[in-house]
Amino acid sequence: MKYVDEFRDPHKAKLLISEIQRLLDQIERAKQRPLQLMEVCGGHTHTIFRYGIEKMLPEALELVHGPGCPVCVLPIGRVDDCVALAEHPHVIFTTFGDAMRVPGSKKSLLQAKAGGADVRMVYSPLDALQLARTNPAKEVIFFGLGFETTMPSTALTILQAKREGITNFSLFCNHITIIPTVKAILDSPDLRLDGFLGPGHVSMVIGNKPYEFIARHYHKPIVVAGFEPLDILQSIWMILKQIQQGRCEVENQYQRIVPEQGNSQALSAVSEVFELREFFEWRGLGSIDHSGVRIRQAYRDYDAEKKFSVPNLKIADPKSCQCGEVLKGVIKPLQCKVFGTTCTPETPLGALMVSSEGACAAYYRYGRIESMPESAPEPAPDPQPADEAVI
Amino acid sequence: MNAVCQQMPARVRRKLNSKTITLAHGSGGKAMRDLIDDVFISTFDNSQLDTLEDQARFDLAAFNALGNRLAMTTDSYVVDPLFFPGGDIGTLAVNGTVNDLAVSGAKPLYLTCAVIIEEGLDVDVLRKVALSMQQAANTAGVQIVTGDTKVVPRGAADKLFINTAGIGMIAEGVEIHADNARPGDAIIINGFVGDHGAAIADARGELALESSVQSDCQALNGLITVMLDTCPNIHSIRDATRGGIATVLNEFAESSCTCMYLDESAIPVRQEVRGLCEILGLDPLYLANEGKLIAIVPAEHAITVVNAMNNHPAGEHAAIIGEVRENPDNTVILQTRFGGARIVDMLVGEQLPRIC
Repeated sequence: MKYVDEFRDPHKAKLLISEIQRLLDQIERAKQRPLQLMEVCGGHTHTIFRYGIEKMLPEALELVHGPGCPVCVLPIGRVDDCVALAEHPHVIFTTFGDAMRVPGSKKSLLQAKAGGADVRMVYSPLDALQLARTNPAKEVIFFGLGFETTMPSTALTILQAKREGITNFSLFCNHITIIPTVKAILDSPDLRLDGFLGPGHVSMVIGNKPYEFIARHYHKPIVVAGFEPLDILQSIWMILKQIQQGRCEVENQYQRIVPEQGNSQALSAVSEVFELREFFEWRGLGSIDHSGVRIRQAYRDYDAEKKFSVPNLKIADPKSCQCGEVLKGVIKPLQCKVFGTTCTPETPLGALMVSSEGACAAYYRYGRIESMPESAPEPAPDPQPADEAVI
Repeated sequence: MNAVCQQMPARVRRKLNSKTITLAHGSGGKAMRDLIDDVFISTFDNSQLDTLEDQARFDLAAFNALGNRLAMTTDSYVVDPLFFPGGDIGTLAVNGTVNDLAVSGAKPLYLTCAVIIEEGLDVDVLRKVALSMQQAANTAGVQIVTGDTKVVPRGAADKLFINTAGIGMIAEGVEIHADNARPGDAIIINGFVGDHGAAIADARGELALESSVQSDCQALNGLITVMLDTCPNIHSIRDATRGGIATVLNEFAESSCTCMYLDESAIPVRQEVRGLCEILGLDPLYLANEGKLIAIVPAEHAITVVNAMNNHPAGEHAAIIGEVRENPDNTVILQTRFGGARIVDMLVGEQLPRIC
């Protein structure tokens, strides 16, 4: 397939991996312990597992799967709010597909739908606005979720609704921002990371400048990376090259998509509609200052939190979860006490088991090969998923 | 009296005048008789149905001549939309049940047809579906010999649900079981994966994509006969419907305590289906099929079986897509085109499109 297969060429992959090995051989630090690189974005985690990249890499290199899966880091209390909104009479609650299964304290949106709530999967917030146009007697709520990648489309939809004078449309805003979160990870005392793969789609909107503090203050190299497997390998190679040459810079591997300054139209739509919240709660990471946005006063008529009453309860993550340590690269998913036993994709306890982009779910789904002994009469705790979906 | 009955001319079938189905058509009275006669019996047209008995009756001697075991199966069909590129709920209801029989090595013979209709359905829709069923049954060489009709109030069902049960005979010596897969065996598929799932996603119209993907809905009994003629010792066959080939392969791995090791580059996927999956973040291995089978065949016969399949219309694009290994057991592993390897697990629930 054109524009896809070129970025999945196994021969180029082999070449890049041997170049990566060559660089690692020249980096003294890599001889003491494996170098740890974090891919911030869940889309990268997905690619890494889907193509089996982790197992292709030399042992002196470890990938740490960061916090960039917006579905995973959504706190339980916010899911409960979604369910409460969806269960309002006369409400059509619209959401992206993979948010449907995220468990709340009592139920997920899928379960609310089975119980009679009108929950519909959409592919774009504009689909939700169209539902509002065609169902004037109903209130249509869009579940706004995601980093700067999805924020502009939500903002533009609200601007469109205002222009058209549509009054039965509102947004339940759970958009989050990446920079404060990366900073929180960099500030944690047990940090061991040697470099970052920067989020490609977020950068398409915000550009590369916002990452400069990572290189300048924290002296970590960062390479904004694309989402095809060769993009990932080339970005890893670029980070190692920086380490080998003693540089710490922001570099852009994803130049075919990411402009240096970002997308000014998208950014102005975002700042027109949204403002920073003082803090936002993250599943697995806790409260992080200025890490979420809310709808500005001027657009309050489109704010579902103002239009409807939401319980807005804070519900703590289960104590047994070690999501925070996995997110920071302190432990691997397989080392978590509850991985694959009480925490599985069917019954996720922790954030990272929730969506296919979460590190633990990806490990569970794609990556348990090395956890299985070659001939294993007594395998380690490694339950096979149940035959039937548990929903 | 009996003699008189036998001499009576053929029964005159009743006519249905209504354009839409109402609750009266399920009431057991004249309206229901009109519906059954005019839509189902006239279309399926066989002597078993014309007796108007509550059951079909069979001569056991005819069965015994075809094999030593009876296979029986049932399936319900609730597809939305009812009509989609490459088929409709009627073709699905016949081919699905025929295939569930055929993958055991059975020769499918007779089907039942029970319909649950939501009141308000156009009679023409029902006629079209019945005609599709009859055409599919003709192609597959089976007869629809008994049935049932229910009409439910608006909202109690979605337009039309169909259940078909089927019976067939398994010839002596044919032993096809999910737990028969042995290390070294070849894994064979009869063509492109994911067509049906992609066609349905497209036909629902939520995506406004321009695509020409057709459902692969087809009967597999003819193809399986050819395969068994070439290699009577086929170890396992299953049709890969909901959950795609990933699910069937996991079932084989689990039943036979083996590893199904797949080569991604050997798995036939149409460009259009790949494209749809790329856009939505779906995996073609999990997309539904309605005319695809996975066969586990002893390695020494694999190439002859594939060659024979390639000469049959339902197996034109058949290919060897991997091999059965001993370890890690209970596991499906995909060697990616990119050079890595990953586990292909059972799905937890439905495949949901990713957010970004």
